[in-house]
Amino acid sequence: MGQVVLKGINKFYDSVHAVVDVNLQIRDKEFVVFVGPSGCGKTTTLRMIAGLEAISSGDISIDGNVVNDLAPMDRDIAMVFQNYALYPHMSVYDNMAFGLKMRKFEKAEIDKRVREAADILGIGDYLKRKPRQLSGGQRQRVALGRAIVRHPRVFLFDEPLSNLDAKLRVQMRVELKKLHLRLGTTAIYVTHDQVEAMTLGDRVVVMKDGLVQQVGEPLELYNQPANKFVAGFIGSPAMNFANVTVTEANGSLLAENSGLRIKLPDETAQRLRGHVGREVTLGVRPEDLTVAGAADADRPCFDAVIEVVEQLGSEILLDMKVGDGVMVASIEPTVRVKVRDKLRLAMRPSRLHVFDAKTETAI
Amino acid sequence: MIEGAIWRKWVFFYAPMGLFLLFLLFPFYWMVITSVRPDGELYRPWNAINYNPFWTWKPTLDHVRYLFEETLFASWLWNTMFIALMSTAISLVCGVFAGYALSRLNFPFAGSLGTGIFITYLVPQTLLFIPLAEIVRNYRLGDTPWSLILTYPTFLIPFCTWLMMGYFKAVPKELEECARIDGASRWQAMLYIIIPVAIPGILSAGIFAFTLSWNEFIYALVFLSSPEQKTVPVGVTSELIRGDVFFWGPLMAGALLGSIPVAIAYSFFVEHYVAGLTGSVKG
Ligand SMILES: Nc1ncnc2c1ncn2[C@@H]1O[C@H](COP(=O)(O)OP(=O)(O)OP(=O)(O)O)[C@@H](O)[C@H]1O
Ligand SMILES: [Mg+2]
Repeated sequence: MGQVVLKGINKFYDSVHAVVDVNLQIRDKEFVVFVGPSGCGKTTTLRMIAGLEAISSGDISIDGNVVNDLAPMDRDIAMVFQNYALYPHMSVYDNMAFGLKMRKFEKAEIDKRVREAADILGIGDYLKRKPRQLSGGQRQRVALGRAIVRHPRVFLFDEPLSNLDAKLRVQMRVELKKLHLRLGTTAIYVTHDQVEAMTLGDRVVVMKDGLVQQVGEPLELYNQPANKFVAGFIGSPAMNFANVTVTEANGSLLAENSGLRIKLPDETAQRLRGHVGREVTLGVRPEDLTVAGAADADRPCFDAVIEVVEQLGSEILLDMKVGDGVMVASIEPTVRVKVRDKLRLAMRPSRLHVFDAKTETAI
Repeated sequence: MIEGAIWRKWVFFYAPMGLFLLFLLFPFYWMVITSVRPDGELYRPWNAINYNPFWTWKPTLDHVRYLFEETLFASWLWNTMFIALMSTAISLVCGVFAGYALSRLNFPFAGSLGTGIFITYLVPQTLLFIPLAEIVRNYRLGDTPWSLILTYPTFLIPFCTWLMMGYFKAVPKELEECARIDGASRWQAMLYIIIPVAIPGILSAGIFAFTLSWNEFIYALVFLSSPEQKTVPVGVTSELIRGDVFFWGPLMAGALLGSIPVAIAYSFFVEHYVAGLTGSVKG
């Protein structure tokens, strides 16, 4: 079992309100990812769950028991740190065995579990080495091994992949996911990388300035971001935003600013009935823009001037000037374009996001 | 290393380094040569024809023999060793715990307490020995090794504490947190994780403390009076300088033999000790 419930968690560091009223129910076997920009309070939240940081107010319970006052060792959790925190004077084997020794396990049981974990992680050959004789990826595995030998209720990860190079990070990401599927232990994972969040998480918690912005499954965050921050944070390249005024003409709604004049599709228009004459923020993802063809006449279209062309092979990223603003579009690699070209682009009507210009929440 | 022509290497690297070495090593050379010269050469006037202060053709061990047979040098050596080891041990134990507490336990005033301890280290011994003499007398410790074993820590503990504080601060706190999650109590985490990781720091603190107490002079001079209780620095200077007569041969032989244990301690731990000074813990 490994059910974690956060109820009204707050953390103050003197005057800094690092974590603000976090409520969350993490189900057994779930992989939950906390994601957000630097300093948003992810680590602090994780450390409060681990018991390394006192809770200013609120309750944390694991499997129904409030653990606010339990020492880290009594919470039956295991944590993997960003810098691995391997014990430098111990061999890989002893690093993994330490937690079991402290808990007075039988020697034979310790040996069995360490070898089992080493097998799973493919570090059987390095058991006698010291951490400094290992590469970054191997150290990462040892740190994981040290967590899994304990068979804890909950794994806590604090940016465990951020010290690895890009390629290894992708590889370890996949292995982490496999490991989770295999062990089925509840995992809470902190990262600032939205790709990691999207690929690993059963559910993702987006935080900013200590506040939870949205909790949801990865696709839910991608398709229905609750506010402009989540919309811009999830997805790469980031969503394009344009401040527009909603106007009405001949019974249909238009969104206008200096460079745009778009007829809003019915579905969006429905939601904006009450906003006529007001300013809203329009959002559209680069991948939801296409070069407009004859068939796109009834789609929302606009003109743009290309400023930069980024060839990625699988796609082309266009940095464009649209009126006074800029937008990024991701288009088919077969399209021939060059800098300073004028281009007409169409938006996928169903993928248009609108946000209140002041509160930034989705409309 | 300086790149380029060989002469540049000589001018900018070897020559300055050679001069520096000469400067550093000359006192040792002087000590060695004086301790093996016969008295006849040592007290030859400077304007004698065969005056040659830098070399001898008739080396002798007379001075060393004199030290061991006519003076209590052997007991001085033993006293110094005993006192230095004991006071170093006491100071290291206290310093390690205090350093750990000051750097890791976030209790109120930890910072100012750390500074306070450092300031006590700065109080000169020449000032401190007067009240300490009173204490030593009250507890009837005068003229026993304990008068030094218990007073040396007054400057050794602050020193070790300060050094260990710096070292413990450099040990990532995640190591300890991880141990605590792994099921170690604070005490076990310190014993099994932090102290083993801090061994280089502890060694360098120990070597420094040992050297400081080995060479200490004022307290030893004031608190010890009978010749058989004395330490090497005090014994050599007080028993081999009588009035204004300097027994240069035995003096130098005593100084030389007295510095050997320290030199051995240094060379034995030199690798750890350098690592301790640069204070790096690699994960
Ligand atoms: N020990 C501390 N004392 C005071 N303020 C702190 C302390 N630890 C964290 N903070 C503050 O709390 C806020 C949240 O910090 P936290 O470490 O949780 O951020 P994070 O989301 O993990 O960021 P990052 O991605 O950079 O690791 C920050 O504003 C930080 O400055
Ligand atoms: Mg963090």
